[in-house]
Amino acid sequence: MCLAIPGRLLSIAGDEPLLRVGRVDFGGVVKQVQLAYVPEAVIGDHVLVHVGFAIGILDEAEAARVFDHLREIGALDDREGRHEVP
Amino acid sequence: MKFRDEYRDARAARSLADAIARTVTRPWTLMEVCGGQTHAIVRFGIDRLLPPAVTLVHGPGCPVCVTPVEYVDKAIAIAGRAGVILCSYGDMLRVPGSDGDLLAARSRGADVRAVYSPLDALEVARRHPHREVVFFAVGFETTAPANAMAAYRARQEGLGNLSLLVSHVLVPPAMRAILDAPDNRIQAFLAAGHVCTVMGYEEYLPLAAHYRVPIVVTGFEPLDILEGVYRCVRQLEAGLAEVENPYSRVVRRAGNRAALAILREVFRVIPRRWRGIGDIADSGLGLAPAYAAFDAENRFGPVALDREASGECVSGRVLKGECRPTDCPAFGTRCTPDHPLGVTMVSAEGACAAYYRYRGIPARSS
Repeated sequence: MCLAIPGRLLSIAGDEPLLRVGRVDFGGVVKQVQLAYVPEAVIGDHVLVHVGFAIGILDEAEAARVFDHLREIGALDDREGRHEVP
Repeated sequence: MKFRDEYRDARAARSLADAIARTVTRPWTLMEVCGGQTHAIVRFGIDRLLPPAVTLVHGPGCPVCVTPVEYVDKAIAIAGRAGVILCSYGDMLRVPGSDGDLLAARSRGADVRAVYSPLDALEVARRHPHREVVFFAVGFETTAPANAMAAYRARQEGLGNLSLLVSHVLVPPAMRAILDAPDNRIQAFLAAGHVCTVMGYEEYLPLAAHYRVPIVVTGFEPLDILEGVYRCVRQLEAGLAEVENPYSRVVRRAGNRAALAILREVFRVIPRRWRGIGDIADSGLGLAPAYAAFDAENRFGPVALDREASGECVSGRVLKGECRPTDCPAFGTRCTPDHPLGVTMVSAEGACAAYYRYRGIPARSS
């Protein structure tokens, strides 16, 4: 039940923070998502969506950090450049 | 999809499993709390990548599974009343009550609807102002802000025909109950990443310190889970018991402030009974006094909890990590997703359903 899917925020409608909604692209499938819980989200952000609500914004720098750690412990080959996968 | 596919890299997963194998010098038992993680582990075969010394035990993190049967019975009774529309998440409609499930109630003529979001229930209430709309609200902390928003908006809009039948549970008290059990064998936890997205991870600091267990905030993709396991065993081998957060791409220490504000406005912490586990103090959410008018238990009468019925189903022991689905003699024979004996076979996140779907029925020697 705690399934949450990352998607890219394409557009935002509404000014009232608790009533803002956005269109979010999940790898080609676009759905309307409540933005009440990500008041700082801007177009282009990747948001994590659960039962129609964005519950967090994905942090690119932190995402890269995990791959740095994998490289440190030798779990990732530098030449593969996995952190650059689009 | 970005932020997903790169965490499914098979070579990186194998290398990370190798790093775990190099780190481990003796047996360790870890619990993944969340049913979503259980599914990923079984689906991607992550447990089979790990060295034999590392045992993953599946935890109670399936809200549909731990909702007491009396709540299901109450939902069915409410759905059977004239003029009522009962809405819930699809999984909840298949959970067996003491006499059938909500889908069976629908086949008898009740207006039972599966919703994707709690705001769908709100919309149903707006469209049917002369009917009572009841949203059967289940979930962990991840889902609580969304469910809270349905009540919040209903109150703002003065929508008098919507109410919530609430069976909400909280993760940390369940972890404490597992650690307090006299025969506990869990030495570290993979904490549920999306619960922490909402709540943050500060509430795990006293747990880790008091029980001397590493707690690692863990995501749901294969590399996330392996990273969580790696950090747990690295701590265990070093004699540490700390809270770590490698799922930092979406989990912040203090959680999601906007979501917590509405959650705490609408809900308050109450004791809850967990199906298959029992009563756990301060382990659930109920509607706050200001939202009492939206409580389906006030509108349709309270849920009366009986004593847990025992039966053939071992789901309670599965939920506590005391046995595996395949240890059950009914697994895959008398109990299947089409004819479930218990909730862990019903829910898409139940451990039994995961084993059935991804591992098939084991050969038995009789």
